[in-house]
Amino acid sequence: MSNIIVIAEVREGSLKRPSLEAVTAAQQLAKGSGGHVVAVACGHDLDAAAGELAASGANKVVTIEGATFAHYSGDAYAKAVAEQVRTHDGAAVLMAHTAMGKDLLPRVSALLETGVITDVVDVTCDDGVFGAKKPVFAGKATLTVKATKSPFCATVRPNNFAVASGGDGAEIAKVDAPSGDLLSVVKEIIAAGGDKTPLQEAKVVVSGGRGLKEPENFKIIEELAAAFGPGVAAVGASRAVVDAGWRPHSEQVGQTGKVVSPPLYFAIGISGAIQHLAGMRTARTIVAINKDADAPIFKVADYGIVGDAFEIVPALTKAIQEVVASN
Amino acid sequence: MDIVVCIKRVPATDTAIKIAADGKSIETSGVTFEMNAYDEFALEQARLLKEQLGEATVTAITIGPKEAQKEMRGTLARGADKAVLLTTEHWVYDGASTAEALSTWIKANPAQIVLCGKQATDADNNQMASNLAARLGYGCVTEVSKLELAEGTFTAERDIEGAREVVTCKTPAVISCNKGLNEPKPANLKSIMAAKKKPLEEMPAELPDAAMEVVSLELPPPRAEGKIIGEGADAVPALIELLRNEAKAI
Ligand SMILES: Cc1cc2nc3c(=O)[nH]c(=O)nc-3n(C[C@H](O)[C@H](O)[C@H](O)COP(=O)(O)OP(=O)(O)OC[C@H]3O[C@@H](n4cnc5c(N)ncnc54)[C@H](O)[C@@H]3O)c2cc1C
Ligand SMILES: Nc1ncnc2c1ncn2[C@@H]1O[C@H](COP(=O)(O)O)[C@@H](O)[C@H]1O
Repeated sequence: MSNIIVIAEVREGSLKRPSLEAVTAAQQLAKGSGGHVVAVACGHDLDAAAGELAASGANKVVTIEGATFAHYSGDAYAKAVAEQVRTHDGAAVLMAHTAMGKDLLPRVSALLETGVITDVVDVTCDDGVFGAKKPVFAGKATLTVKATKSPFCATVRPNNFAVASGGDGAEIAKVDAPSGDLLSVVKEIIAAGGDKTPLQEAKVVVSGGRGLKEPENFKIIEELAAAFGPGVAAVGASRAVVDAGWRPHSEQVGQTGKVVSPPLYFAIGISGAIQHLAGMRTARTIVAINKDADAPIFKVADYGIVGDAFEIVPALTKAIQEVVASN
Repeated sequence: MDIVVCIKRVPATDTAIKIAADGKSIETSGVTFEMNAYDEFALEQARLLKEQLGEATVTAITIGPKEAQKEMRGTLARGADKAVLLTTEHWVYDGASTAEALSTWIKANPAQIVLCGKQATDADNNQMASNLAARLGYGCVTEVSKLELAEGTFTAERDIEGAREVVTCKTPAVISCNKGLNEPKPANLKSIMAAKKKPLEEMPAELPDAAMEVVSLELPPPRAEGKIIGEGADAVPALIELLRNEAKAI
């Protein structure tokens, strides 16, 4: 059997949505390889997450549970997951390209003496050969590779595959987390004030740049984001305003910030430098608001409005509020 | 204490990418190369750690083309005591073979702290630090933007989706450095002169077979030319209409 393993990410008891997108990618591979999809999750008290995974369409769910796994430990999780990949005869291992995915899957791949390709936007399995596509050079080119070692390991870019659903309740197996020495362990998770939507998972990203003139003026950006309703939109920023200290680096979109590909992206008072485009050019729909009709951002924007952000954005916020209220 | 800093030579971030005739790599003529932007934070952190510890040896290492001598000289001018260039003629995009070659060198030259950038801005792999750590059996924290080193251990902070993680880790360890960790400083004339006397070792890299084979490298399909739908707040209703009915985005 050529099974496809998905490493699911559970944080503070809740399953992260990009893990369900990885299940969809795994199902795509399983069609080609003829194997089953096995979801593996590490943590403590995983009943709820396991239930969700079992309903996602995965064929089997394995939870590795115990007090030592209550907090993420890259080295310990990697060993336990690698063992499950071997037990379940994994021909491929997928995980979402999140902070945890980027940290964990390369370790797992090293323990399995194979390679890993990260941030992929497509995966294939033809005649038993696994392959993937990923943006390189900050999205300025697309690399297609095929695996020459087994298992094939890949992290899957969030917001790129549909969320898996519609399973009829897979078997759930519980394995005890090993007790033992951890080299690294997460001591604390400091939530970013309020219940902010993570930038890379947001359905809508509203980004502001130097065109906003003052840090206080980001209020109009925040209000536009809020207009989409709770949990939908996140605020992003250009490097210029991050370097100026107006916004935290965690909000920077671009080559040296975060790469986002939401269904809807707003670039407001952002010129569209190549390094910024690198972080958002794969968004499905891009809207630009800029007072300079020649700004390069208009070259990639699906819809552009030329003019003063301080006049346009409040009107847009109001219009979005009305749309959301009527939906 | 021995500190190793991993450096990669990559095309400058504002380079326009052209595909070479083989359809599998980039056309390098006319391209300006530089040290990977995130490696600047790794190199500066090595310098700061040396300052903090009083006594430490900082070795910068790269696997890259002969031309990377320039970037490696640069590391010597910015705090490295020694530089190692493991030469290869091919573009090293495969993280596994690079990690294996680096780990072989580090096993022969053990370090307490290995610093990497968060990601190399060519293949955008973002995998080296944890890949390398697993091969070495070292601890590891990735994408670090705050670091406090103590005896045999350290505490680091990193951004995760919507939050910050505080992680403790034992040394020896591999740490990948994110923006925000420090403010890299350019070299001054005196340190550039001093760098000329520091050792730069060069030898061929022994790269194992890649775990991935390049099938193709292509330019992405161009985005459809955008359209400007109007000026000022008057254009908002038209935008809403398009977002609803054409893009189906709201
Ligand atoms: C190694 C490297 C890495 C980089 N990484 C990144 C990255 O990750 N992300 C990133 O964003 N940048 C990055 N940059 C920086 C990038 O090159 C640009 O400098 C930056 O994106 C510019 O930010 P901006 O668009 O906000 O500012 P500007 O370029 O100054 O543009 C401001 C825009 O606002 C418009 N404007 C002004 N007033 C108004 C108004 N009232 N209403 C509407 N519009 C208005 C102007 O017309 C202009 O187009 C990087 C650069 C380098 C060298
Ligand atoms: N060829 C290389 N030689 C030395 N260090 C490298 C090489 N490739 C990557 N690295 C290091 O690993 C980091 C992350 O790169 P990557 O995982 O390839 O995106 C880089 O910032 C470097 O510190």
